[in-house]
Amino acid sequence: MVQRLKEVDVVVIGVGMVGSIVAKELAAAGYKVVGLERGEPRFTVPEFQSPAIHDELRFDVRKALMQDNTREPVTFRNQGSQLALPVRRWESFLPGTGLGGSMVHWNGQTYRFQATDFQLATRTRERYGKTFLGPDVTIQDWGVTYDDLEPHYDRFEYLLGTSGKAGNIKGKIQPGGDPHESPRSREYPTPPMKEHFSGAMFRKAASSLGYHPFPQPSSNLSQPYTNPEGVKLNACVFCGFCERYACEHYAKSVPQTVILPVLLANPNFELRTGCQVQRINLDSTKKQATGVTYIDAVGREFMQPASLVITSMFAINNIRMLLLSGIGAPYDPAKGQGVVGRNYAYQTMSTVASFFDEGIIVNPFMASGASGTLINDFAGDNFDHSGLGFIGGAFIGAVNTNGRPIQYHPVPPGTPAWGKGWKQAVVKHYNHTVMFSLHGSSVAQRQNYCDLDPTYRDAWGQPVLRITFDFPPNDLKMAAHVTAKAVDIGKAMGAKQVVGSPRTGPYTVTQYQTTHNTGGTVMGENPKTSVVNRYLQSWDVPNVFVIGASNYPQNASWNPTGTLGALTYWAIDALKTKYLKHPGRLVSA
Amino acid sequence: MTNLTRRSFVTGVGAASVAPTAALLTPAQARAEPASDTSVPKPTYIFFNADEALFIEAACERLIPADESGPGALGAWVPNYLDKQLGGAWGAGERLYRSGPWAAGTPSQGYQLPFTPAELFHASLRAIIRDLKSQRASFHEMSGDAQDAYLKSLESGAHDLDGVPSAEFFDMLLKMTVEGFFSDPVYGGNRDMVAWRMIGFPGAYADYYEAIDLHGVKFVREPMSLAEDGKGHVHMRQDIPANL
Repeated sequence: MVQRLKEVDVVVIGVGMVGSIVAKELAAAGYKVVGLERGEPRFTVPEFQSPAIHDELRFDVRKALMQDNTREPVTFRNQGSQLALPVRRWESFLPGTGLGGSMVHWNGQTYRFQATDFQLATRTRERYGKTFLGPDVTIQDWGVTYDDLEPHYDRFEYLLGTSGKAGNIKGKIQPGGDPHESPRSREYPTPPMKEHFSGAMFRKAASSLGYHPFPQPSSNLSQPYTNPEGVKLNACVFCGFCERYACEHYAKSVPQTVILPVLLANPNFELRTGCQVQRINLDSTKKQATGVTYIDAVGREFMQPASLVITSMFAINNIRMLLLSGIGAPYDPAKGQGVVGRNYAYQTMSTVASFFDEGIIVNPFMASGASGTLINDFAGDNFDHSGLGFIGGAFIGAVNTNGRPIQYHPVPPGTPAWGKGWKQAVVKHYNHTVMFSLHGSSVAQRQNYCDLDPTYRDAWGQPVLRITFDFPPNDLKMAAHVTAKAVDIGKAMGAKQVVGSPRTGPYTVTQYQTTHNTGGTVMGENPKTSVVNRYLQSWDVPNVFVIGASNYPQNASWNPTGTLGALTYWAIDALKTKYLKHPGRLVSA
Repeated sequence: MTNLTRRSFVTGVGAASVAPTAALLTPAQARAEPASDTSVPKPTYIFFNADEALFIEAACERLIPADESGPGALGAWVPNYLDKQLGGAWGAGERLYRSGPWAAGTPSQGYQLPFTPAELFHASLRAIIRDLKSQRASFHEMSGDAQDAYLKSLESGAHDLDGVPSAEFFDMLLKMTVEGFFSDPVYGGNRDMVAWRMIGFPGAYADYYEAIDLHGVKFVREPMSLAEDGKGHVHMRQDIPANL
């Protein structure tokens, strides 16, 4: 028995970062908004408090904050010719669940993409020629420019209070910042975080090689901050329990600490938790959404009518929602037709370990999630790729985020996997090793995509998402090139042994890499190659907006959250100034 | 030992005649353990039967042996950690997607067996103990080198352990041994935070706002457990859920 509820103006599916910002803006503009969150309500007090939160086994190893994969898994295969099987335990990437979404367990690394990233296809063609990349690489322009997004990046960073040092203000290069960044309108809201010893060593070595080190932009704050919404944050104390954890200090910018207090106080907004949305309902024309159907925590089914539906879930869940709802043509890799699930991309992560002797004491456990020191000299298109045979790059940084020992106990290659030799190596190297993170871009490739699995079902009986992905040759070449550069920095630091581990294939779900899954509902200017238009409005069903990293046509050299925040405010602007005044298509197909 | 019931084994742990750890103390471990250690109570097993416990204790100690840097897995009570985890929600398949159909898959697709961790351990240990008995051998009585050779044969995947590829069992045993060694002592391993002391990890203590400025200076502090009371006693809890 389905209960039909009273119609509202807006339904938001997923109350994480995107959902809470959109809901806050539209509720404040006078619209009745319902937020449907599948997980539980949770707050800094009492849920995130220490010392219970400082539990590596529970949160790191066992993924306590993550999507319940026993009820809602994904399946995976490297190639379309293989049988996809369930990811039975999370490891490679970690979608969150519950109020605040994945942002609750993020590290706070808050970047902007560069102007060239948004016009990657055009830029690559112009700089390197039409045939530089093979036919399998399906990169494309975003349909928005950096200049379109700049005010929205700015607004997002000021919402979070991001700590950093500008490198380029209105075209003027700023000492101490990243000289490669595209122009920003003003300085970061708060100054950079304190520099960890590993970052100081990296800074010196990178400078000696002629590179341009700068402090990582961090939404773990360097000082107390009150954001434009009037919400107060504290300074981070470098507890070393950041990624995969929630912050007990109100020092990490997450929905709970930047916007939920304002949203939840607005009577125009209603939060419903424990609600698993099954589909977006369409009318008989399939061109108009009528609302959503969801099942609550006790198993009751509801139909929530709404004039406007916004899907604001983690990237892969946005894709599945459209497929389950029949919105947009599913991508067919054999024919190269269809759009939903197309251009699924990831991030190409490599590492470099620099092993020192006992004289260098690193203290890896003193850490915030984002207080590294980096260079962008080998990121994006900041270096000439002529003759290299690939596009893209990676930031290289000493990003020391933790010393939690179940997962962090670096040993040099050749160390036995167990026994006395292993134990001695762990003791010898634990406090005397510096790890670099090489955060690499990811091109879209014809063979990589998502669709609905033909076999496996979730706990509600719906098909789960099937991910078909392997690293494109372009990205493996990039990883090898940039890793060699990073090894040189490790040597310049004076390490006794420097070990580069460029990413190699095949992609595996058994090893954590990053939770930066992108694409599948990509934005663009052509409905044949995009799911949503430049305002993140569905081409097929104009009263559905899809907002997530699933909008990225391919992934760049930086963590995706800053750009997602900018896109969120960009879409909100279009909703408030255009769509809600005159509902309908914002771009003619 | 074979005529010992599980109950009598459990209640008898600690008595000299059945103490399964007694024979396993290497000279190095004897040096590393303080003399008062003989008075420390031994774990009470709820998941492992007597033969299984003998194997697990001996195997864990080979994976992380006592040496001059400090106690190994046995001294850190890692077998107790394994016992409580396998006997609890984790052993029953917490956070493991368990629906079929089942297929072997590629290495990049990860774990694809129908077994819960508890089922996997029981099946594997049953096969191992049967195999050793057929050779009239007993793992805990072998020399260290022979134990290592046997563990390596499991690691290489050569045995079928009642349906479990031995490499799969070895991988889970090693992972859980490292977990038990380095996790918070609330879970029953890392007794007295020995593993944290060994590497200098301060544990759940977590405020370095001032200390982070002291580049290259060793941070010296007693580690802290998340379950430590005002007197420094760690209260073990076996049932912390793997969710918030």
